[in-house]
Amino acid sequence: MSDKPLVKLKYRNKDYEVPAGMTVRDAIKKVGLQPETVLAVLDKKLLTDDTVLREGMDIKLIAVISGGTSPPASPPPLLSAVVRVQERGQGVRP
Amino acid sequence: MKCKKCGETAALNMRQHKLALCQEHFLEWLPEQTQRFIEKYKMFTREDKILVAVSGGKDSLSLWDILHRLGYQADGLYIGLGIEQDYSDESRRLSEEFAAARGLKLNVVEIESTYGATIPELAEISNRGHGKPCSVCGLSKRYIMNRAAHDGDYTVLVTGHNLDDEVAVLMQNTLNWAGGYLARQAPVLEASRPGLARKAKPLCRFYEREMAAYAILRGIDYIYDECPHALGSTTLWYKEILNNMEEKRPGVKLQFYISFLQAKEEGLFAQPADAGAANLHPCDQCGQPTSAPGPEGCSFCRMWDKVRAVKGARLPAEVLATNLMQI
Repeated sequence: MSDKPLVKLKYRNKDYEVPAGMTVRDAIKKVGLQPETVLAVLDKKLLTDDTVLREGMDIKLIAVISGGTSPPASPPPLLSAVVRVQERGQGVRP
Repeated sequence: MKCKKCGETAALNMRQHKLALCQEHFLEWLPEQTQRFIEKYKMFTREDKILVAVSGGKDSLSLWDILHRLGYQADGLYIGLGIEQDYSDESRRLSEEFAAARGLKLNVVEIESTYGATIPELAEISNRGHGKPCSVCGLSKRYIMNRAAHDGDYTVLVTGHNLDDEVAVLMQNTLNWAGGYLARQAPVLEASRPGLARKAKPLCRFYEREMAAYAILRGIDYIYDECPHALGSTTLWYKEILNNMEEKRPGVKLQFYISFLQAKEEGLFAQPADAGAANLHPCDQCGQPTSAPGPEGCSFCRMWDKVRAVKGARLPAEVLATNLMQI
């Protein structure tokens, strides 16, 4: 078991721990998230990506991405799907 | 990281602008920039009567907050979709609380009580959207927003679409070479035909990350949870791809959007012969503009005809304004 001091991260309903001394950006990557898609909050204040995490910090990660109003029919566009879409003249209404 | 304006600890670093700002200066900067884009794209003026489509999310509530702070006459429109897992109840509550705290007028249209079915029921009965309600949801929202703006004598309808929303659509339409949609994508959609509301997107130059930061730093209570039906949506898939690109090359999303608008200005996208727009006429049932021929009515009315056949739901309202509930 490591004695390295840890920092707690909470994202949605999941809890993570990362070693203190990492930057916010590295910690976000470490728990498998895309840094562009979350904000790190500590005591109602935003932390910039280069903030170095210290032992005892309790960080909340907030998702910033939303969306789902466009037609969701197509899976990742395989060539055949793209061809079908083109044939139908479909697209996404701006 | 330090604020570029005052040297205090920064709250947000916007890599695409090489600009880090503290809370105070970020909360000044974002409305200033919004005003700049409103003017740049000639969206509206302080004489306009504005209808803001609000969902209870970070973008629309932040937009309403900004317009209010900038001195615009902006009322809200909340559309109750009847989405399960308390999603709609919570989003309505947050929208109402936001309006009440600021003394703003919120118009509410509940789809189920107005028309007779929730969006998930509508999707199931109408058999549109390949098992997901996003298609009927989009159609219903566009219809109701347009009708509410028209019936309420609003001169412009504004939505909280941010840059991530815009580039996700742009990428999808580019990959599909959907020329008609590419030609129409813009910060402002003019009211090209009688009955069509003028539409504007004042947040179209801001990253989604900036809008979330604004809502958090301003203390706006918004719905954090994603619509339960958005999971796996195409839009989210494109946003993920674009954010992976942004991670490697900061500014790529902004550049994609600005270059697109510039290319349009320079005539790269010719306006296609749009037979639909040219033949718009009032729907026989509801009076809203439609390109659908014949007495069966517009897509919205045809969709509800199917529901009525199954559920015996009420006819679409003659004049929606009478069904608007003002908070």
